[in-house]
Amino acid sequence: MNTLGIIIKRELAGYFLTPVAYVFIVIFLFLNGIFTFYLGGFFDSGYASLQPFFEFHPFLYLFLMPAVAMRLWAEERKSGTIELLMTLPVSLWQAVVGKFLAAWLFTAVAVALTFPMWITVSYLGDPDHGVIAAGYLGSLLMAGSYLAIGACISAVTKNQVIAFVVSVMICFLLLITGFPSTLEVFTGWMPDLLVETLRSFSFLTHFDAITRGVVEIKDMVFFLSMILFWLYANAVVVELKKAG
Amino acid sequence: MTALIEIQHLCKRFGASKVVDDLTFQVDRGEVLGFLGPNGAGKSTTMKMVTGFLTPTSGTVCIGGQSITEKPLQSRRQIGYLPEGAPLYADMTPAALLDFVAGIRGLRGETKRQRIADVVSRIQLGDVLNQRIDTLSKGFKRRVGLAQAILHDPQVLILDEPTDGLDPNQKQEVRSLIQEMASDKAIVISTHILEEVEAVCSRALIIANGKLVADGTPQELEARSRYHNAVSLQLSAEQAPLAAARLPQLDWIDSCQTLDNRTLLIFPEGGQSVIRAVAQLATTEGWQVEQIYQQGGKLDDVFRDLTDTAGARS
Repeated sequence: MNTLGIIIKRELAGYFLTPVAYVFIVIFLFLNGIFTFYLGGFFDSGYASLQPFFEFHPFLYLFLMPAVAMRLWAEERKSGTIELLMTLPVSLWQAVVGKFLAAWLFTAVAVALTFPMWITVSYLGDPDHGVIAAGYLGSLLMAGSYLAIGACISAVTKNQVIAFVVSVMICFLLLITGFPSTLEVFTGWMPDLLVETLRSFSFLTHFDAITRGVVEIKDMVFFLSMILFWLYANAVVVELKKAG
Repeated sequence: MTALIEIQHLCKRFGASKVVDDLTFQVDRGEVLGFLGPNGAGKSTTMKMVTGFLTPTSGTVCIGGQSITEKPLQSRRQIGYLPEGAPLYADMTPAALLDFVAGIRGLRGETKRQRIADVVSRIQLGDVLNQRIDTLSKGFKRRVGLAQAILHDPQVLILDEPTDGLDPNQKQEVRSLIQEMASDKAIVISTHILEEVEAVCSRALIIANGKLVADGTPQELEARSRYHNAVSLQLSAEQAPLAAARLPQLDWIDSCQTLDNRTLLIFPEGGQSVIRAVAQLATTEGWQVEQIYQQGGKLDDVFRDLTDTAGARS
């Protein structure tokens, strides 16, 4: 295994060394169920689709992803192990990307465990499997973007609670810019181009497009560049703040 | 043949304060360098720069001829480092931590297993290998930190307070471990325990306020003490005052200090060895000597002198 692989393995094992992973997965599945069946009206809709399931992911992830990411760097800085890590023959990029990928993989495991939903909907009707696959892809890409933000903010502070709250705040802002009601506030007095730009920075806009089954390059590029941007910022922050 | 560690004009500034100020020194293979200084003198900051954790404000660090800032990964491979306070992943077991570090250090398969087994038996970690690190005692944590530092048998070993928090037996073990490894490595240890420097170091540096104030073997540094070659003389209570009056009149004696009513401390002129002369004088004067010995000098005295004056100067 190469260095990146070893870092991912350690971080991933780190989630499962404490009850955090199990608690997280149980709550994630539980909330998914509630949202889908009660708030989403899965059965009432009468359609064989997972639309009600994916619809709530942006809001579910808003709180759960910062919780997954908050320990990544804050804990290293607080306990001083960052000095151990960054004096091993590990490049800054390997550390940043390794930690992020471990968090993303962990999330992917949790998301994969929602497979009974897919089975249920296939059993009850004849859903478009392509759309569902697209939904999972969109959901993972969005989770990755939330995690990249969380990882970056986690490097700014030694305090995991602060990391969590600030990350939720930033993710929230990036979410609500896509709400019709938010956009309405700006429409009229702001140039249309700016409103459109604002809208295009929202997770919601791009996520909705993918979950409808329309996998367009521009939405993929949006999430991937979001991830890359925040990982780059993460590396810069680690380099600047590791001494403090 | 260049030195394994070469440090040139190293400076580190945090905001307005200069924490490390123009340090230049080298450490060769086979040397154990004791890095001394009061708390806040810049010892740990220097070590963090030598290991590549912090980037120097100016100056260069070369490990085995390679610059740590230009070739960070190559130079880090040659270093084993125990950071201040021995930080470790608290959730992991020593076995998992050593496996992780060995993997990152590029050890694989049988070699990895063999190296870990070697180090574990050498540092006696066998009993706690599968306990979570946060449940271990301070002594064991420090030993796990030491184990991960020597896992890849590095040429350069940087240990920030390796015996801090250990009991006297454990301290002795760590010191003998350092001495065993010394012959083929360049080792730097920071400490504020001066007896440790005398016990394991072949050379000592004293820094104060980020500046180098002394560099030499522990014996050379002791020689700078005013207690160097001072003679302690214990007489009977009646004769001590007579001797105290007589001794300062001699031109080879600088001064004489009465410690209690029977013991005199005699400081020779110019730091020469005068114990024979004092013994002879005692015989001719008919003093009854109960105890006489020559002091080597006190390292803590030199330490205090050097670090205090440097503090007053700035």
